[in-house]
Amino acid sequence: MCGIAGVIHRGDVAGIGSEMTSMLQAMKHRGPDSTGFALYSAPRTEQSFVMRFKVAEGAEARSGFAIHEQMVARKQEVDKRLAELEVELTSVGEATEYAFRYEFSFAGDLRRLASYVEDIEGVEVLSIGHALELVKDLGDATVVSDQYQLHGFSGTHAIGHTRMATESDVDIRSAHPYWAYPFSDVSVVHNGQLTNYWSMRRDLERRGHRFMSDCDSELIAVYIADAIDRGENLESAMRRSIEELDGVFTYLLATSDQLGMAKDVMAAKPMVLYEADDIVVLASEEVAIRSIFGREIDTFDPYEGEVRVWQT
Amino acid sequence: MANLSEDKSHELGMHTEQLKGRSQQVFFSAAAHENFSQPFAYDVDINKHAEIDAENLATGEINDQLRELMKSGHGSIKILNPGAKHSIAVGILNRLNLVLEGSLGYFGLGLLDGPNVRVTGRVGWSCAENMMSGTVVIEKNAGSTFGAAIRGGDLICRGSVGARTGIDQKGGTILVGGDTGAFSGFMMQRGRLVVLGDAGSNLGDSMYDGTIYVAGKIKSLGVDAVEEPMGELDVAWLQRKLDLYGLTAPNGLANMTKIVSGKQLWNYDNLEPSEKKLVL
Repeated sequence: MCGIAGVIHRGDVAGIGSEMTSMLQAMKHRGPDSTGFALYSAPRTEQSFVMRFKVAEGAEARSGFAIHEQMVARKQEVDKRLAELEVELTSVGEATEYAFRYEFSFAGDLRRLASYVEDIEGVEVLSIGHALELVKDLGDATVVSDQYQLHGFSGTHAIGHTRMATESDVDIRSAHPYWAYPFSDVSVVHNGQLTNYWSMRRDLERRGHRFMSDCDSELIAVYIADAIDRGENLESAMRRSIEELDGVFTYLLATSDQLGMAKDVMAAKPMVLYEADDIVVLASEEVAIRSIFGREIDTFDPYEGEVRVWQT
Repeated sequence: MANLSEDKSHELGMHTEQLKGRSQQVFFSAAAHENFSQPFAYDVDINKHAEIDAENLATGEINDQLRELMKSGHGSIKILNPGAKHSIAVGILNRLNLVLEGSLGYFGLGLLDGPNVRVTGRVGWSCAENMMSGTVVIEKNAGSTFGAAIRGGDLICRGSVGARTGIDQKGGTILVGGDTGAFSGFMMQRGRLVVLGDAGSNLGDSMYDGTIYVAGKIKSLGVDAVEEPMGELDVAWLQRKLDLYGLTAPNGLANMTKIVSGKQLWNYDNLEPSEKKLVL
């Protein structure tokens, strides 16, 4: 069933790490397999990026003896390749033995950078962005938030996901959110099923896009990435997606300064929305929205086929 | 039954889910009583009042307290701070004046037969599902599948509601003060659905019987749903019903649009009214 949530503070920054943790934990019953966060801080300068990547699956890291040496070797290879591409590292963080956070300056081709890093066996780039940091792992929101120390994360907006695995594995690769590779700062969370996944995936692969999982939700991220690549704006791409994606779905999409939601024409998947001048909050269940407010609020359900986009 | 172990229940396939990974794995336990108790209608005194503060209570605890109060004869109960929790105040089978101060989550007020309920906030999906009798008034908005499969009673939302309002409605009245989403009245079989705002696409899709009244615009009609002229009886009925809840049609009752089923099902249309009741 899965639960999705999003929050955007308009004209301000706030403790979005804590807010998303609270919202996603309130929806733990919708999916306890994995939890993911796409958190957006104030955008850095044009050549400054944050990259989140992993060198192994969490489960893989907890089994066998050779994997620990392999993870060290994989990280060293990442460092070597970044140096080859003249990436200037400004900060190196280790969230777990297998997940890392790098800040760097880079003036080259982002797609080449991401592809070169992911060419290393077992390595996956979770996100690269001026503002976006994508964190996902097995366990509920509190577990993942504690593990990656997200409670203190301050920013403008965020989206998140609690996953009940149905059509692909319980692993980090299949967890949401998905980054719209290779476009910096675009991420997606989705609740539902896409029934024309394989035909659309083949079309997108023919146009040169890569898929890291068999999860239908990744298709939305790639679909939007493809639209942006062809010069389409976010809202227009999301409106087109309502016509072209077949199935039942509600999804949230974020860029460095926008948060959008789209709901299929059957309105078969839930979404509750609270909107005020300074904040917009969305979630699969109202109980999640209420977890971050200490006052009575008025909420509503967006209608079928509805697309909305908010600016920070 | 006492010797029926969880292993045995597993062997018999009496589990709810068994998914890969960390998903839910809850098995039937012979020692568990909570899901196997007999529903009960209590004899209550409407003048006997009580309150429950639900702020720090789980759904089961709220419903248990509510049941205990009814068991001890309380007929007017107020639940404070329901906090949009799911499945609150379900299976009430007796007279009761119930006020919920705040909002409910999904599947609130399901399986009601008799109480008068008022919710001061909003309700999530599937509110008042399968209601048999009584009244439910929601002061703000409601989510999708509002009043699914109700068989009787009055279900009122003063705000707007989501998609599939009154899906599989088998009786009773649903009144919506604002707009409704797509597929409202889907597979409706009896009763009346009144929308004082606009209706979404595919209104009344595959309805068998019953009547839908809309005061605003209709985005589109569903398969086999057709418009029929408003009659004096329609206006009179609407007037009395709306007056009960202080609602008005923005452009006058006579200007509302009446939608009925255009379906021609041989097996259905050739039945006598009493036989139709059995089929439905």
